[in-house]
Order: sequence, then structure tokens, then C-alpha cells
Amino acid sequence: MAVMTLIEGLRQGMDEALAADPRVFIIGEDVGARGGVFRATQGLFDKYGGDRVIDSPLAESSIVGVGIGAALAGLLPICEIQFADFIYPAFNQIVNEAARMYYRSAGDWHVPLVIRVPYGGGVGGGLYHSQSVESLFAHQPGLKVVVPSTPADAKGLIKAALYDPNPVIIFEPKKGYRGIKGEVPEGEIVTSIGAARVARMGGDVSVFAYGMMAYYAEQAAEMVAVEGIDAEIIDLRTLAPVDRESILASVRKTGKALIVYEDNLTLGYGAEVAALIADDGFEFLDAPVRRLAAPDVPATPFSHPMQDFFMINPDKIAAAIRELAAY
Amino acid sequence: MTQKTLDKPSAYLSEATLHAILRAMLLSRRFDERAWLLHRQGKIVFHASAMGHEAAQVGAVFAIHRGVDYVCPYYRDLAMMIALGWGARALMLDVYAKPGGISSAGRQMPNHFSDRRLGVVSTSAPVAVQVVHAAGMAFAIKYKARLGLPTPDDAPRLALTTLGEGSTSQGDFHEALNWAGVHTLPLICLVENNGYAISVKLQAQMAIRDVSERAAGYGIHGAVVDGMDALAVYDTVYEAAQRAYNGDGATLIDAKVYRFTPHSSDDDDRSYRSREEVEAARANDPILRLRQTLIDLGALTAADFEEMDAEVRSEVDAAQAEVEAMPDPAPEDALADVFAPGRVDAWQS
Amino acid sequence: MNDVLMPQLGESVVEGTISRWLKRVGDPVRAFEPLLEVSTDKVDTEIPAPTDGVLLEILVEAGQTVAKGTRLAVIGAAGESSAPKHESAVSDATAPHITPVVARMAAEYQIDLAQIVGTGRGGRVTKKDVEAYLAQKQSAPPLSAAPWDIPGSGDLFSAKESAPMPTPPAAPNMTAPPPAAAPRLHPVEPIPPQTAGELIPHSPIRRQIAEHMVMSALTSPHVTTVFEVDMSAVMAHREAHKAEFATQGVNLTLTAYFVLAAVAGLRAAPMLNARWTDEGVFVHRVYHIGIAVAVPDGLIVPVIKNAGDLSLLGAARAVNDLAARAREKQLKPDEVRDGTFTITNHGVAGSLFATPLIHQPQVGILGVGVIEKRVKVVTDSLGGDTLAIRPCCYLSLSFDHRVADGAAGDGFLLTVKRALESWT
Repeated sequence: MAVMTLIEGLRQGMDEALAADPRVFIIGEDVGARGGVFRATQGLFDKYGGDRVIDSPLAESSIVGVGIGAALAGLLPICEIQFADFIYPAFNQIVNEAARMYYRSAGDWHVPLVIRVPYGGGVGGGLYHSQSVESLFAHQPGLKVVVPSTPADAKGLIKAALYDPNPVIIFEPKKGYRGIKGEVPEGEIVTSIGAARVARMGGDVSVFAYGMMAYYAEQAAEMVAVEGIDAEIIDLRTLAPVDRESILASVRKTGKALIVYEDNLTLGYGAEVAALIADDGFEFLDAPVRRLAAPDVPATPFSHPMQDFFMINPDKIAAAIRELAAY
Repeated sequence: MTQKTLDKPSAYLSEATLHAILRAMLLSRRFDERAWLLHRQGKIVFHASAMGHEAAQVGAVFAIHRGVDYVCPYYRDLAMMIALGWGARALMLDVYAKPGGISSAGRQMPNHFSDRRLGVVSTSAPVAVQVVHAAGMAFAIKYKARLGLPTPDDAPRLALTTLGEGSTSQGDFHEALNWAGVHTLPLICLVENNGYAISVKLQAQMAIRDVSERAAGYGIHGAVVDGMDALAVYDTVYEAAQRAYNGDGATLIDAKVYRFTPHSSDDDDRSYRSREEVEAARANDPILRLRQTLIDLGALTAADFEEMDAEVRSEVDAAQAEVEAMPDPAPEDALADVFAPGRVDAWQS
Repeated sequence: MNDVLMPQLGESVVEGTISRWLKRVGDPVRAFEPLLEVSTDKVDTEIPAPTDGVLLEILVEAGQTVAKGTRLAVIGAAGESSAPKHESAVSDATAPHITPVVARMAAEYQIDLAQIVGTGRGGRVTKKDVEAYLAQKQSAPPLSAAPWDIPGSGDLFSAKESAPMPTPPAAPNMTAPPPAAAPRLHPVEPIPPQTAGELIPHSPIRRQIAEHMVMSALTSPHVTTVFEVDMSAVMAHREAHKAEFATQGVNLTLTAYFVLAAVAGLRAAPMLNARWTDEGVFVHRVYHIGIAVAVPDGLIVPVIKNAGDLSLLGAARAVNDLAARAREKQLKPDEVRDGTFTITNHGVAGSLFATPLIHQPQVGILGVGVIEKRVKVVTDSLGGDTLAIRPCCYLSLSFDHRVADGAAGDGFLLTVKRALESWT
């Protein structure tokens, strides 16, 4: 198996999909000749041409809205929103239109749409190039929300999203685009939407995370392993629908749950995981459910010291694991 | 042969088709009147009217491949739905929110139309969103042609979308028409301009006289038409349709209409417009105008009209009797259809 | 040993004052026997002893006010020392608690948690402590039997992630389709050398027609049925209106009558305005009528869209316009596609009837033979038969027998015949 970066896994998934199915096309800002500002679509314009890798006008609502229309008409669009921070103008199209279409037409119309969204901080992007907005979308029935944290899942999830008859948003941890490397199987792989991944097995503390935080949690687990703490890392991987059974199985095993997310603490995605454990895992708890998340300030500050203070990192996760293990 | 202007496409319509146009408008009107009564009787909870808009809606639909081409309508388009093939029964199912309702099986308020078999995309309530969907569907038509994807001969060749003039203030309207211009899309954007966005007058909505003036800003065609004249609308939309079918791009049409009723059953228009203004507009009723035109052409007699009117009234009566007696949806039906099951069909080259 | 605690004497009451002690240290006490008197904002009451024993120690003297839950005294066996308890009195408010899982395990295995030494924070008995305790006890059920310890009970350990999926059939490279090799229509004998004659290379249109005709013949089981039509009414109507149409720039062609009659026939026999699919017969909603037009190097079929909406004038204008532009090769791509039914006027050169090949994927094609005067037996209003000379023609309908049967084909032609013979 080839070792590649997360963004290469994504690109390979899109490349194979474009080759296999002429209904698949990409629209977004700078996705064409430029290959995307993160180079996710690099080379695809040259290979498939401007009819299929399409530079859109600089307007997010229509990137998604045109994608919805094309999906209704039988195509399989991949819409790229350049930064998660810029998704708000498309919020109405995603939430009120794509997510509600199947329900509101009583199953008559469906929207097989993929929306790719680079998200997350730690890249010096300040308030408007760092945001984590996944909980806003995971809250919407009718939308599926996935977050890869390995190159194989990046490829497998984009394939799964394309084959799904519903709108699927892929939040891509942009800090890990090149930092996260791993083996990617050749050819067709599809990651099941709705299944978490056990990134590390352990018996002392369960750590639930996704995206960059899942990657950091694995590093933190190695840091505390030498101290005799055996952490289990569950990469949630699909936020909606959530893999309840995997979460509860791990809690049943360890009795201790730490939820890590880089969004603001209050009403972030981890709040739902905590509630889920409280509802159905109460009798198995041997410690309070803990959340480790960013402080409740409007967004990631730009200055490096402030950014580092804001961001979760492996050291902070390791400290939280130690704390919970000692409880 | 009477005096028709033969450079107009409508001059070539058969008598049967002219009757069909008039009948669709009349059925819409009679249903509409009944819906207001049902609302005041407390039998239904909401209605939004097409009265005054019938010519624009029906004339437009008869100029495209109706039931084949894509249509992204808005909440006032009940005459349009009739022109596309609906009867009083389908409309009645929606206003009574019955399980057999085609639009949403009781999930949406009435007037939020959908019918995939007729190419009609489900409508929501935030305005102008559907213009972007129509641009996307038009984009798909062009995409399939450019890539040589196999499409059946009866596939849609254009997307028609409608909206009120107030909705043209939305960003989505701009974004959609910008796409249509950039990609030369087979799109018709028909603005049913009745001069009021609920209560807000045109002058408070835009600083131009005709919405179609904006077409130039998008590099697409613009046209203004008397939306109270069904055949004039037919002619204008017909031309736009040929433009779309032949790859010559999109058209933005400003159809001047007048809304004879309040915005919806929850609105009281006496607070923002005079009774005199409404009465004056009623003298220009699109149904009476088409009736007179057809009589002048020798294509209709007063007796024909009376017969047609009696027939559509009885259709409305029968639909109400049938639908009112139907059971309501099972409460737990609220939980169905959140996600489409399965996976998209594999590509067959 | 048992502690005597300051009770909460009312919903909003949080403290109480010791009025007086009713027993002294060393006195024996019985459960429920009054031990002391307490005064609060709301009530003054006696506090009963919680248990039998000896009052070992009084911790709060009369006159003092303390919070609810405060230890007031210790009752135990005679001679028992209360000293250790006394020392821990201060930290009792934060005594180690029992977590949900530990409580549940204790109940399930009937464990007295007091027998387990806690290793958690503040001496808390942790789940691991319970597990270690159970492991020591031979009588305890095997630890692995506990349901929360069975791995893989959820999706967690199933190997479903990254499961390989069947590869969908490969699609052609859509960006650069290779030039398709001309398909062999049927085995062709090579022409022997020196054969006298001349090879005329295929024009694109010739090749296209050839491919389509072979495909059509191989695709549909064709059946042809023929009716004869008396064209008197149409000819009379045409004579009467020809000049009027001409003033409007429209040549009132006979084809226009056939187009409208065909639409009437299709309304009566919808299965002929349809197409075959593997899932079922798709019946069209629109009437798009193709008109086969001979052009110098072959045949082209422009389509009158929505012919069902047109008047005779409209149909005639459309026929004029499309035929003229077909001959001038000025048709737009949209004007030669989407047909749902086709008419071919093979009689133009004298042909009586024909077995036309269907324009795929349509279901039917109507052939119109030459109109010529024929001697017909006609019955007058009194029932008498006479010979009459009438303009007549044969109408040949070929249809796809997969989709329609003879009844549909004949129903179509009967409607067309009646429409034409009764034209007014």
C-alpha cells in the first residue's frame, strides 16, 4: 500500500470517482487551473478539463445551490467551500434546502451532494481561516457529516459521500492535510458512514475525538502509555449519523470518557456525545464525563501565543487523560 | 381567420389549446375562491392566492415542454401547477394536508409545490433559493450535453423558475443569474411582478422600473410582458424557450401582474393599499381578458365559457367532497423520509 | 459506630441550634429515644437516637448553631473509641462517593464496598478496585462475563470500516473520447479486384442513416398495418383555405393535416406515443412529431415540438419552416431531436404504401402514400350504392410489436382516418 498524506488520499478518491463516473464533477473557488488554494484538486483540471473541474463565481450560496440543482437533475457534484469560515452564506442552501428536500417532498426528490470543507485551526489563520463549524451542521437531520483523520479515510469517505443519495458534508482537518500520513489501499475503498474507528485500543480511559483532534489524541495516548495509562482512542469519523454503539461499547469497557474537540466548548459536538453517554451509559460510568475544547471566545485569535493558548494540542489531551485516569 | 398578429407564436395555437389555457386559469380561480371560503370556514389553515397571476403562470407553462422541462416554482404558482397537469384534487390534498398529497404528504404548508413526475422541484419558504436550483438544473442539462452523456429524447431541455419581484432583492437571485450568464444556461427566470412584497411597494424594493433591466448586468436577455395577457406571456416565454433550447442562454422576464387578494390568508391588505386600487385592477382580470380575446377570435362563445365554468366548479366540488372525507396522516408519519436509503445507482456507460 | 447528624428540619432550613442534650456521654441509648433538642427558624424538636448503643461522644455542645449534616454525636458499643471518627469529622463533607458503575457492580455482586480499599482520588473505590477485589474472590463470577467487558458488542470492533466495495463498471474517459471505430453493420463480402464499378465513399449522413436503420430493424419487431383514407374532405378544406393561408405567408401543405390527424390518433392510442424500456413502457406527456424530409444525400427528420398545441395554421407554418430549413441545412440541433412519433411522406414519388422503419426509440411511424383518384362504391343517404371518384391514399403504420398490438395500431389508424375524412 502506498503511503500518502491526507490531502493526497482525498485527491486520489476524487480522481478515481471522476474517472469512473462522468456524472461526478467539482465546483468551487479556484479548484480549476489553480488546483484549489490547498491544492486538493491539483492536476484534476488538466486531467478532466474545465467542463468537469469548474471554477465557480466567488459566491458560496450558489456553489451549493447550483450543486443542489445539478444533483436534483441526476449529477453527482462535489462542491468545495474554500474555508469553513466562509460557509455561512451557503448555510441556508445547505440547511433549508439540501437537508430538507427529501423530507419535505415526502421522499420524491433527493439531493446526492458532496460538500468539501477545510476546517480547523492551528494554522495561523486567525478568526476567519480557522473555524470549526461542524456542530452547526451535525444538528441538522437530513445532512450527513463526516470528518476524516487518516488518508485512507479521506479517500474512503469521499467515495462513500459520493455514493450516498443524501447531502454529505466532509469537514477536512486542514492542519493535517500534509501533516497526517498513512497507508492508503489501492483502488476502490469505501468507509461506511455511521461507523467510528478504533484508533487505539485501551482499557483505562476512552477518548472520543475526530479530525485533527483524533490524530492528536493518538499522540497523547502514546505519551501517557509510558506512565502506565492505557487510553482507548475512538475516532468518531462520522458525526451524523453518530456511531452510538461504538461510543457506548468503549464507555462500558473503561467507565471513563474524555471528549476532545477544537470547536468552542459550549454546545460543541462533544456536548452531544456527553449527553449520549449520560443517557445510555450512566450505569457504566466510573468518573464524570469530561470535555476538552476551545474556550468560548468568538474564534481562533491570530497571534501565535494566543492561538496556542486557544488550541487543543497533544499535551493538553495527555493532561486531561491523566486527570481522568487518576479519578 | 380573424385578425391575429401572425408574427406571434400564439397565433398558431389550436382552438383546443386556447381552451386548455383558459380552462387552467379558470380552474385555478375557482379553486382559489373555494380555498378562501374553506379558510374562513375553519376547514383549512392556510392559503396563498394566485388570483391575478393566472395568465402569467399558465401562459408561461404552455410555452415550454410542460411536464418535461424542469420547473422551480414559488408559493403563488397554483395556476402553474394546473397548467402542468394538476387537477383540483391534487391542490385540495395539499390544502387539507392529506397523506396522498403529492407535494409533501402533509409535511409542508399548502402552496409549497412539488411533483417530480412533472419536473417540479419542491419549494421552500425562504425566497429566491429556487432560482439557484433552477440554474443548477439548467447547468446539468448543459453539462450532460457537453459530455455527451446519454439522455432520453424526452429529457428536460430547460429550467423555468418563478418568483415575486420582492424576491429579486435576495442575493440568491443575483448569484443564480450570474451563473446563468457565465455559463449561458438554458434558464427562464419569470418574475411575477405584482408590485407588492406582502405590503412593501416596488419603489421600496428597487430603484428601477423593470426587473428585467438587470438582465444586462448578467449578460442575459431581458423582457417585459403584460402578465395579465396570457397569450402575450406565451409569446414572450416561447421566445425565451427557443433561446434556451438552442443554446443561446437565459432570459429574465418581468411579467407585470396584480395580486387581487391579500398576500395570504393571514394578511390584511387594507392596511397598505386602497380598495379603489384593487377594484381598478380587477377590471383587468386576466381570465376575462382571455375570454374576450377568444370570443373576438371566434374561438369561443359565451356559452362555451359558461359550460367550461360549470365544469371546473363541479371539479372543485367533487375534489373537496372526496378529500375532506379522507383520513389525516398517521402522526408517526412525521418520522419518515429523513434520509434517502441505499446508494446512488452505479453508472452505466 | 453511628453518627448523629443535624437533620434538615424544613425545605428552606439549612442550620439548627442545639437547645440541650438529653443524654450524657456514657449513657446507654435506645433507637428512637430522644437524644437532644434542636431549635431552628421553623421548628423546635427532639432528635431521636438513630440506633441502640452507648453515647460515646458529644461533638457539638448546647448553644451552638451548626449546618445541616453536621455530626453532633457518636453512638457505639460500650468501650468503643470514637477517636478516629473525630479526626475525620472535618473532611466528611467531601467523603469519597460511589460512582454509578461501582454502585451497580456492588449491587450485582453483592459486595460490601467497605471491605474494599479505594485507590481513587480521596480514597474512592474505583471500578478497577472492584474488579481487583472480585478477581481475588474465587467465588466471584469470572470477570470477563460482565457485559460491559465483552469487547466487540457494538460496532467498535467489527471490521466494517474500509470494506472493499465492488468496483463499478468502468466508464469511458469522458474528457477525451477515442474516435469510435465505425461499427460493422453486418458481415460484408469483400469486393473482388477488377470488379467493374465505382466505390462511392459513405457520407457521414449516409453512414448515420445506415447505422440507425440496421439498429431499428434489429431492435423492434416491426408490424405494418394499412388503411385507406378518403381525402375528399381534406382536399376540399385545403382548396377553400389555401389562398387565405397564402396571404399569411403559409403554404397549406397536406402534411399539416396529417400531423394534426396523427396527434388525434396518438391521443386515442397513447401506447404509440411512447418508448420501450426494460422496466416498462414509457408513455410521453408531449406530442413531438417528426417529419421525414428528403435531402440531397439522404433523409433528415426535423421535429414539430408540442404539435398537440398547434392549430392547422401553426402546423402548416411549422412544416413549411422546418422543411425549408432542412433542405438548406439550417436546422438547429434542438429541432431534430426529442421526437415522439414520426411521419414519412413516401407517396411523394408515387408510392402506394410502404413498410417504414421506426425512428428509434419511438414506437410508431406513419407512412403516407400517394393521393390519387380512385373509383369507390359510396352509399347515399337513401341506402343506394353508387360509384364515385374520390381522392384516396393509403396510410401505412409500422409499430413496435413489443409495445403495442394490432388493436392499438388499428385504433390509431381508425382515428386518423376519421379525423381526415370528417375534416371541416
